[in-house]
Amino acid sequence: MPTPIDAASLGIDFGHLAPEIILTLAAITVVLVDLVARDKRVLAWLSALGVAMAGGAAVWLWTSDASGTSYSGIVITDLFGTMFKLIVLGGTLLAILFSPAYVERRLSRFHGEYYGLLLLATVGMMLLVSMGELISIVLALEIQTFALVALIALLKDAKSTESALKFLLLSAVATAVMLYGMAILFGLTGTTFIADMPGVVAERVAEGGLANNLALILAAVLLIVGFGFKISSVPFQMWVPPVYEGAPTPIVGYFSVVSKAAGFAVLMRVFIVVLEQAGLDLLDWPLLIGVLAIASMTIGNVVAIIQTNIKRLLAYSTIAQAGYILIGVAVMGNGGANVYELATSGVIFYLAAYTFSNLAAFGALIALSRPNSNDSIEELTGGYSRSPLAAIVLTVALISLVGLPPTGLFVGKIYLFYGAVQGDLWWLALAGALNSFVSAYYYLRPVRRLWQSGGPADVASDTARSFSLRASMVVSLIGVIILGIVPFWLISRATEASASFTP
Amino acid sequence: MPEAAVWLIIAAPLAAAVFNGLIIRPLFGPVSRIGFDATVGAIGISFMLSLWALSVVWTDQEVVLPLHEIIRVDEFSLRIGLLLDGLTAIMLVVVTSVSLLVQIYSHGYMKEDRSYVRYYTFMAMFTSAMLTLVLANNLILLFVGWELVGLCSYLLIGFWFTRPSAAAAAKKAFIITRFGDLFFLLAILGIFLLWPEDTPVTFALSDPNAPMDLLRAGGAALTGTGLTLICLGIMAGAAGKSAQFPLHTWLPDAMEGPTPVSALIHAATMVAAGVFLVARFLPLFEEAETARTIVALIGGFTVVFAASMGLVMNDIKRVLAYSTVSQLGYMFLALGLGALGPALFHLFNHAFFKALLFLGSGSVNHATGTFDMRLMGGLRRVMPWTYGVFFIGSLSLAGIPPFSGFWSKDEILGIAWSYGGTLGTILFVLAVVGAFMTAAYIFRALFMTFHGKYRGGEAQEAHGTADAHETHDERHGATPHESPWVMVIPMAILAVLAIGSWFINFPATHWFTDLLKPLGAHVEEIQIVPAAIGLVAGLLGIGIATALYRGGAVSAPSISGPLAPVTNLLTRKYYMDELYEGVIVRSVLYERLWRFLAWFDSDKGVVDRAVNTLGLFGRNLGKGIRVVENGQLQMSLTVLSIGAVIIVAAYVVWGGVG
Repeated sequence: MPTPIDAASLGIDFGHLAPEIILTLAAITVVLVDLVARDKRVLAWLSALGVAMAGGAAVWLWTSDASGTSYSGIVITDLFGTMFKLIVLGGTLLAILFSPAYVERRLSRFHGEYYGLLLLATVGMMLLVSMGELISIVLALEIQTFALVALIALLKDAKSTESALKFLLLSAVATAVMLYGMAILFGLTGTTFIADMPGVVAERVAEGGLANNLALILAAVLLIVGFGFKISSVPFQMWVPPVYEGAPTPIVGYFSVVSKAAGFAVLMRVFIVVLEQAGLDLLDWPLLIGVLAIASMTIGNVVAIIQTNIKRLLAYSTIAQAGYILIGVAVMGNGGANVYELATSGVIFYLAAYTFSNLAAFGALIALSRPNSNDSIEELTGGYSRSPLAAIVLTVALISLVGLPPTGLFVGKIYLFYGAVQGDLWWLALAGALNSFVSAYYYLRPVRRLWQSGGPADVASDTARSFSLRASMVVSLIGVIILGIVPFWLISRATEASASFTP
Repeated sequence: MPEAAVWLIIAAPLAAAVFNGLIIRPLFGPVSRIGFDATVGAIGISFMLSLWALSVVWTDQEVVLPLHEIIRVDEFSLRIGLLLDGLTAIMLVVVTSVSLLVQIYSHGYMKEDRSYVRYYTFMAMFTSAMLTLVLANNLILLFVGWELVGLCSYLLIGFWFTRPSAAAAAKKAFIITRFGDLFFLLAILGIFLLWPEDTPVTFALSDPNAPMDLLRAGGAALTGTGLTLICLGIMAGAAGKSAQFPLHTWLPDAMEGPTPVSALIHAATMVAAGVFLVARFLPLFEEAETARTIVALIGGFTVVFAASMGLVMNDIKRVLAYSTVSQLGYMFLALGLGALGPALFHLFNHAFFKALLFLGSGSVNHATGTFDMRLMGGLRRVMPWTYGVFFIGSLSLAGIPPFSGFWSKDEILGIAWSYGGTLGTILFVLAVVGAFMTAAYIFRALFMTFHGKYRGGEAQEAHGTADAHETHDERHGATPHESPWVMVIPMAILAVLAIGSWFINFPATHWFTDLLKPLGAHVEEIQIVPAAIGLVAGLLGIGIATALYRGGAVSAPSISGPLAPVTNLLTRKYYMDELYEGVIVRSVLYERLWRFLAWFDSDKGVVDRAVNTLGLFGRNLGKGIRVVENGQLQMSLTVLSIGAVIIVAAYVVWGGVG
């Protein structure tokens, strides 16, 4: 007689997945409403509402301090994951707010698809953050990848189609490589649940079975290829510039922060849990991550200098930013308990501040772009006279990306570099600081253009007047500044989140 | 002999392949001489080391190399190592010496090719893979080498891939050998499943430290029907690789590749890998009588079957291809009778004289621009060296004493003769008929090519010489000339070997058999009766060829009338291609199975609409693809993969892992 299956035995817990469930329902609603709605602007507001509700659910998870596993151990709920969900949702909300003007102008045939896919991609990323099982991680990854591919291709011109195809093919390869790594990991440990792996690995190491094991190294490296692709770290970054150039601008802004945050979350989850908790020091993976960090920062910053297209410039910028964040990940594996918390909260804080800064920049770019824009930096000339708000927001955002006070990423960088020094990785801090100097050169070039007079002062484009766009710019601006002046609230939340993630 | 030196035998050509492919071709261009220098240098190193290995095995007999654990999961431990015994040492010397000579010859043959470096990259890669196959002390590593030689063969058959016939031939070779490999893989799986539960399966061929390894204990551990099926699986893999009936159809087509490739891969080494495989696993076959009988019968049948087709081919390389299939049949025949020594001895001799014949045909092509013997004739006056060496090769192949082919073929005939019984009798008759046909077809080829009057070479392409390959200038066709020294010298060296390679098993010393003694080979005494019968059959064959194609005593056309049905059957290759492609692929798969499946999909509208939608999508996609195809995508993937490889390599080099 088959055992009756009930919700409790499977560990089904709708509460733990409330944000994802709400957002999925919102996505379905948006697509359905698209069929009947005459005024498509309502879709943006519906999506924003859905994201806000999901955010409310995430806040509820946070305040009720929900933790533990559900769905037979597949879903892990902890403050760390919830914090990342909030970052993802925040980024999504800002992206949705600055979308309507752009969608109206460039994607007028695809309102429902645009917002529906955006929400589904977000669902994938939120799942990615909380998955505790390798196969589910791949599934979550694929959910967001496919949604992103469609979003990138939505412009339906040559460049957009090309970049979508590239993204599709390259992420397929990256996922396949990662799956291979997972298969090896499964072969070594006999489980796909990452929570079980430290025990098995530690046991094997104690037996002497896994010491010096090339297969484990191979698994770790193949996983790094997959995750490195997601977070756009060198040398897995080649897809970034063409995709940034070809995709719709709001989508670029969206996945430059949200997808990266989710990628970092899953990277940390898998690496910290599997490799660090098992006490496996043969791999010295912090060193490897450190090397990738330096490569990303240096290559990203140096190549950004020669860019003339603002979207490509931001693409290389995002590669460099991934490098800064990787410093924190390297430190996590390199020090004692207090350094570990310092580094983890540093990564969280940096990602939050980066979300505001980068989205502020993209929002301002949308506001400043002309109808037939070719996204060159030249075009920004005299931007101040066209849209003062956008010019201010872009300036502050770029200053933040350089890492100058009084902005969020200034604090974030100090935070990460301080952690690196504490964690005996002072050379990483040094490399990061040097790179910040270099980056000032190219980040401040568009700023100079903005405040130069001249240039066609003609169209104060209608996009700049869009209420939701202005709102999103203002919110990001405030976020950047607040995190720069009074970062303490977020720091203590980030510390709580990293405490929940400490082994 | 230090272990590192044995690994270097594999590593040197591999390094040359990597060096050629990743450094020389991108940086120095596709026709750089350095490709040749690197390959020949690396294979020269391998050859020297192989001679060293042979001398060590000769004096020591017992060389135990350690196994290295690379994967361990619970009980299962995969341990990779190299095995150096008499069998390996012989194969090492054959592979490296023939490869070295072929590489040198290729410099003359491929000099004008635009993909000169690509050619040497693949050739070095092949040599490395073949040496891996031969040296592996683990079935898994052996299988890796096995598949890699198949891949290299595919790449080299399709080397001139712009020619549709070459691309098709490469595909055919790949698919048919892969069909055999499927059964080989099932055999490996069978070993894993049927291995006794109380001992862990390691796949190590020979491991003094393990309680049971494949070769010493495999035959006892795996018994009954399971063992028979495993042996048959191994034989199926071998039959695919060695082009034995019914998987022989790919080898003649494989002649689309450059001729030095045919000499190295499709005559001397890779196709012999099947023989090597069965020889390697002979301890398992010892315990499986049925499987052994099947091996012998397949071999014996293939001897006559392939030789008969060789009689009527007009393309000189195809004659040689069928000859190779037929000669490999002899080796399987011997192995099926449990005679390791004669099989390997024939493999050894055959490698040299067949490589010689192939290089000779390449030399002829170099002069005339065609492989069609109907367009040749009279070449002995303009190409005395090529004629001389080809003549020596032919005598050796025909089994005329004192050339090397005689001695090994004689041993095989002797084995079948003394085996007795129905099986022995059948095999002996097949072998003798084969010997007769062999002599006939090779002398027919010799006479058509080198005697009589020159019939114009490529100038008469109207006759339909599909096999004239495009890299050789037409100007060669008008006035045939002797090939350059860089081609003649390797042939001359091979000619010396074709005469004298049998000295290694000189009846009084039996060095060769001594090498294989630990593996169960025993000295075969010369038996006058079967040797005499074989010799008479060979001379008869030569006589008939002379009468028909040289002396003019009987003119070929006059007998072609009555024999038309037979020759027709033979030129159509027993309709095997029609059977495979026409009946199995087209009628069964395409017309029956696929139509049957399509029947479920009766709603044409759905399909059509889907296709139209896809078309719209495709049109948009096309815009994208055009840009993607400019190489950026490949570049991205290259950077990604190289990045991952560098990281792993860094761990191995500096982290001391592995």
